[in-house]
This record gives sequence, C-alpha cells and structure tokens, in this order.
Amino acid sequence: MNNRKPIIKVENLVKKFGDFVANDHLSFEVYEGEIFGFLGANGAGKTTAIRILCGLSFPTSGKLEIAGFDVYTQREQIKRNIGYMSQKFSLYEDLNIRENIQFYAGIYGLPVADIRNKTEELIGELGLSSIANSVVRDIPPGWRQKVAFSVAIFHNPKIVFLDEPTGGVDPVTRRQFWEQIYQAAARGITVFVTTHYMDEAEYCERVSIMADGRIEALDTPENLKRKYNAGSMEDVFLKIARG
Amino acid sequence: MKEFIGFVKKEFLHIFRDYRTLIILFGLPLAQILIFGYVIRNEIQDVKIAILDESKDPVTREISARLLASGFFKIDQYVASAKELENIFKRGKIREVVVFENQFAERLKRDGTAHMQIIADASDPNSAKMIVTYTQGIVSTYLSELNSGTKMPMIIEPRIRMMYNADLKSAFMFVPGTMAMILMLVSAMMTSIYIAREKETGTMEAILVSPLRPLQIIAGKVTPYILLSFINAVIILVLGYFVFKLPIRGNIILLLGETILFISLALSLGIMISTVSSSQQQAMFISAFGLMLPTMLLSGFIFPIENMPLVLQWLCAIMPPKYFITVIRSVMLKGTGVLLVWKETLIMISMLAIFIWISAARFKERLQ
Repeated sequence: MNNRKPIIKVENLVKKFGDFVANDHLSFEVYEGEIFGFLGANGAGKTTAIRILCGLSFPTSGKLEIAGFDVYTQREQIKRNIGYMSQKFSLYEDLNIRENIQFYAGIYGLPVADIRNKTEELIGELGLSSIANSVVRDIPPGWRQKVAFSVAIFHNPKIVFLDEPTGGVDPVTRRQFWEQIYQAAARGITVFVTTHYMDEAEYCERVSIMADGRIEALDTPENLKRKYNAGSMEDVFLKIARG
Repeated sequence: MKEFIGFVKKEFLHIFRDYRTLIILFGLPLAQILIFGYVIRNEIQDVKIAILDESKDPVTREISARLLASGFFKIDQYVASAKELENIFKRGKIREVVVFENQFAERLKRDGTAHMQIIADASDPNSAKMIVTYTQGIVSTYLSELNSGTKMPMIIEPRIRMMYNADLKSAFMFVPGTMAMILMLVSAMMTSIYIAREKETGTMEAILVSPLRPLQIIAGKVTPYILLSFINAVIILVLGYFVFKLPIRGNIILLLGETILFISLALSLGIMISTVSSSQQQAMFISAFGLMLPTMLLSGFIFPIENMPLVLQWLCAIMPPKYFITVIRSVMLKGTGVLLVWKETLIMISMLAIFIWISAARFKERLQ
C-alpha cells in the first residue's frame, strides 16, 4: 500500500480562531484512489480541516498540497480537480434533477454538448428517468443523496470530499450510498469522507481519528482494532475519545 | 464566460419557477402606482358638501354657485335646519357643511359683516384642513371682487404660481417615490433573500468550492435582478407618463442612467444585508425594516424632510432613496441636466463604493 502515490499532503496544518486552536499541527497523507475516513467527535475540528482542504477557508499555517497543487497559490487548479458534497446535499430544491445536474456541470465549465449527453447518461444510470423532471423538493432524501453525489463527481475530479454525507438517511440507503462510493473509488477517484457512524468507518481503507484538534490515530481499521484491543471501530473510537 | 451564462440561466429558472414572486414583482409597481396615484391623493376633488342656506339671497346663491363650479366640491344635499347637521356628519358621506346666516346679503350691505360657518369633518384632520382652506379661498376671492368696485382700502392680491407642478398633482410626488420603493424592494430585498437562501441550503458552499470566482458568483446573482428592476422602472415611468401625464422634461438617458445607478446601489445593499444575515427570514426582516420603512418615511417620499426634527434630517441624509428621489424629481419635472444633480449622483456613487467594500470585506472574513 505504501508504494501508492499521495494525492493529499498535509504537514503541520494549524488553524486558529482567535485563541482557539481548531486544528493543532495536523500531518497526514491520503493516497490516490483511496477511501479515507476522517473521524472525530463533534467539535474535534473535522469540519474546519475539510473546509481548508476544499479551499473554503485559509489555514493559519502549515504546508498543504492537494492533487499536486499548493493550497496558498494554486486554489484555482485545486478547485478544478476536486468535488465536494456536504451533509445538506447542496441541491436547489426548486429546480428539477436534470437542471441541477446541468447547472453544476455548467459551473465546472464542461462543454455544452458534453453536459447534455452525460446528463442523460447519468439519469439513465441512476434509474431516475421517470422523475428527472421532478423538482428536488419532491423527491425522497435517499435519491437526493444519490443525485448530490453524482453531481459532486460529474466533472471527474481527482478527489471528492464528503462532509457527513450520510446524515439523516436510513441504514439501507446508507448501504447503497457506500456502494456508490466504492464505484467512484474503482474509477480512480480518491474519496475523503467524514462521518460519525462508526460502522461506516469499517468501510474505509484507512481512517484517522481526531480529538481536540489533533489526530490521535491513523491506520487501517484492522490495525486500529488490534492496537486498541477492540472488537469494533466503535470501541476504538470510545477508547480514544476517553483518552 | 460559459460558466457565468450557466449561472445566470439558473437564476432565471429560480425566478420563473417561483411565479408568485414574479407576479408580486410586476404586479406591485402597477398596484402601487395606481393606488398612490388615484386613491391616496393630497389634492381635493369632488368633495361632497351640504349647504344650509337660511338666507337664500343673490349673494349666498352666488357663493354657493362658485363653490360648486370650482370642481373641488359637489353638492350632496341642501339642508333645511341646523338640527340635521349632526346626523349628516354621522353618515360620513358629507365632509363639509357651509352655513349662511339669516339675511346674509342684507347684513353684508348694512353692517359690512355677515357670518357664514364652515363645518368640516375633522376625523381626517389633514383633508379637513385642506377642504376648509379651499372654501375660504373661494369666498375671499368673491369678496375681493365684490369690493373692487367700492372705495375699499388697498388690497394686496398675491398671484400664486406653482412651478413645475401647476396643478399640484400628487402623482408627481408619488411616482418617483414609488419608483425608489419598488427598486429597493426588487433589488435589495430579493437579492438579499435569494443569497441568504443559498447560504441556508448549503448550495453557496458548493458554488464556492467550484472554480467560479466570487466576482462571477455575485455578478451572476445580480444580473437577472438588474434586468428585472430596470424593466420595472421603465413600466413605472411609462405608467406615470401615460396615466398621470407626468412630464419627462429632462434628458431620458440621464434619467435611465441615474436609475441604473440606484439599482446598483440597492443591489449592493442587498448583497451587504445577505453577508450579515444567516437566514432568509433575517434577510427579509432587515430589508423590510432597514430599507422599506426608511424609503417610505425618511426619503421625502411622503413627509417633507425640511419639516423633520434635525436628528431625523441627519438620518435622512444617509438614506440612498432620498438622493434618488431628489434627482428623479429634478430631472423629470424641472428638466435639470447633470450639472445640477452631480452632487446627489456623486453621493450615490460613494455609497455604492462603500457598500461594495463592506460586502467584500465581510466575504473575505467568512473565508478566514
């Protein structure tokens, strides 16, 4: 595994809000094509870190390289190579599925003819032909989630950042969603995902666990369970969180 | 550019999908102009009056005839006795009763003095005052004519001319004011609500992660509203011109230019409001109380600024609509050129710069 190329390189990332240190010298690497779980309790600093990685916020200090580009000077190139999906799914509720897909494809600058063909292809793949003209407000959360994820990787990014992507959906839909994530990874897209469902942590190739702004553990789920002598990721998490 | 067009297209989709808002956007100026123009009016016309003439001589008949010929008043009924007056006012239809005393002409001739009484329904004090003033005016005109033959002492007769609005039409005042209000509503309120909505639903983040530049996002957001506001402004001007015969004496290009300046100003205000509010409701409240009320009350639209207490006058001085209304009135009614409105124009441009600067600063802060 260690002969894989790193696609995200973070060295000593620090983010302060006034006196409060949200990210305290984070250092980690994510490899190309990997599914990387980014775990931590609420308030541990996950969202701050993911926002910095996506270019929504500036770091206070540290060296960060994403898809081979520098976070400070090459934001433009980074943005072209990443996708992002938040817990809120980020779809326009008053637009229909087709319009949402076309809009997001449009702001990534894809050629118009491509957008049209690929949109229909995607709608067919997702099995949404019958409701492609329904406004998002009227479709169930599970389908919204599917569409939101497809939209986030529509422009074929090198990395996709998923911030709590499975919040508020039922276990069956979550299961299906992870199948979608595996498919994306199989296409070579690196997946960086935060979650607080510990069963989902088991699906990741490697996970990091944050507490109080620091990364306390980073390894494969098997190694972590062995190291902490725990039966499940849930136990690992509790042991780390309790210090 | 392609990305930008896609963005604008999406904004139009939002607007057209929400057809109720669209109806409000275009129905409102129509309704408001017609309401302000026809219903709420300062001038007097066809006010229903009653006359109690206990004398019934040539003089009282002449005064009555003149009152009714003026066009301001319309006779509803002749009253026979003072006992009926109370009931007449209670019914509310009649707003003034003119009473002539017994032997009016005779007393006038004999004593040089005769009494008439003007009783007005002052439950609406402003119009009661105006109705009474108009009545007095007609009576004193008649009186001075009556005196002109005789050897009365000197009389100073001021000749009054109302410049720029000879008929004192209130539409002249309401059209520019309504224009300021509608443009504020469409530009500032709508943009602030729609941007706040993107923040609320998380789509703003998704757009910020995309390669679109912040400037493209803002421009894409406001372009449809510039267009809508401009169409609205033209509708109001056309309505004012054809329905209320509001003259456009100044340069139409200057007028439209100033309108676009004010639209940009309102949009920048809307953007600024959206940067400080976190939800649609908040944006709506700030726009309604921070913009709509001052536009109506503190811009000279309804209440003249010169009559306000000093503190309120200062407050008026920082209200953008005040300057727009001043400019629009001078250009439309007086036909002034850019040389006479440069001060107001400059103030509006500076305000625009300040609002954009604050919004940009707030936007950067969010990224920190």
